[in-house]
Amino acid sequence: MSKIIVVTSGKGGVGKTTTSAAISAGLAKRGHKTVVIDFDVGLRNLDMIMGCERRVVFDFINVIQGDAKLKQALIRDKRLDNLAVLPTSQTRDKDALTQEGVEAVLNELKEEFDYIICDSPAGIERGALMAMYYADEAIVVTNPEVSSVRDSDRVLGLLQSKTHRAEEEGAEPIKAQVLITRHDQARIDKGEMMTVEDVLEILAVPLLGIIPESPAVLRASNMGVPVVLDDPSAAASAYEDAVARLVGEQVEMKIGGERRPGLISRLFGRTA
Amino acid sequence: MFGFSLKPRKPNAAQTAKDRLQILLAHERSGASPDCLPELQRDILEAIRKHMKIDRDAIDIKMERGEGLSSLEINIEFPADQRKA
Ligand SMILES: Nc1ncnc2c1ncn2[C@@H]1O[C@H](COP(=O)(O)OP(=O)(O)OP(=O)(O)O)[C@@H](O)[C@H]1O
Ligand SMILES: [Mg+2]
Repeated sequence: MSKIIVVTSGKGGVGKTTTSAAISAGLAKRGHKTVVIDFDVGLRNLDMIMGCERRVVFDFINVIQGDAKLKQALIRDKRLDNLAVLPTSQTRDKDALTQEGVEAVLNELKEEFDYIICDSPAGIERGALMAMYYADEAIVVTNPEVSSVRDSDRVLGLLQSKTHRAEEEGAEPIKAQVLITRHDQARIDKGEMMTVEDVLEILAVPLLGIIPESPAVLRASNMGVPVVLDDPSAAASAYEDAVARLVGEQVEMKIGGERRPGLISRLFGRTA
Repeated sequence: MFGFSLKPRKPNAAQTAKDRLQILLAHERSGASPDCLPELQRDILEAIRKHMKIDRDAIDIKMERGEGLSSLEINIEFPADQRKA
């Protein structure tokens, strides 16, 4: 059974696209057939982060509108042969993303891929709602900062009310997990930023991982390489751990490379 | 614990980023944007169909944008025995 996972946040610029690229490459590295879809219509960016921008011919909207076949629009990754990217369109017409169109594309992707990662645009408008609508699971990307946490809470509400799983009688709700990114221990120690515990206490959802603020992320995006495929870094290994948890492995939570046994026990205590 | 902090940073990440953007934006600003490709595909298909019987899905366009030049690779599959005289 394939799984549709939305990477969402509400707030912009928190690391959704970075995360979508890293998680999808991490899954593919482990041998799972994975496709990552850019839902940010009008602002194509995932292609650059994945390093396939020169090879975009057709896009998601072309497929929805019947101008191209899905196989023509999918860009096969040159580094990992079980990874593919479905780029978004540069069109300004956001209505091009129809629910029926999205459903048809997802159904076709399910025939080939184990994991379908949906990179949501910021906000809570149509694009974001379309990205989450058919999801089985959600990764809510959050920075330890007030407006990001507030928006994450908003998005968690939408995941529980405005999605297919929410509307379908008897369906399991979307499994949502929070991924804390741009975690900066130095700023937390100075009291400038909330701790992971603070964020989890407010959002009350399980923690998928903690990604440190890392120059490796900027480097990887400059190079067009998902951070887990670039040179080893703290961010890359934090993403690898998140991927392992996503596929059901138990991996100890680390902050900046250090184990946090207290954190994980508190976590399991809270998530019923 | 990781070797990464000891390794010298590759100095060319920013330059690579700039090069990639310049190539991409040059193409996006010029008329050769991918927006015309569905139409191009349709026109090619129509032209070929005047001469041979091919399937609507039998056309596959691949593009690779480069610095000096880009390449457009068009593959058309047709059954050998379906050619019109
Ligand atoms: N762990 C990190 N360490 C350092 N910088 C990061 C990290 N994660 C993301 N960034 C940087 O933050 C910026 C925004 O990241 P990204 O594009 O992934 O966010 P986004 O949520 O997809 O944004 P948008 O809402 O615009 O789609 C980028 O410049 C990226 O390099
Ligand atoms: Mg993004």
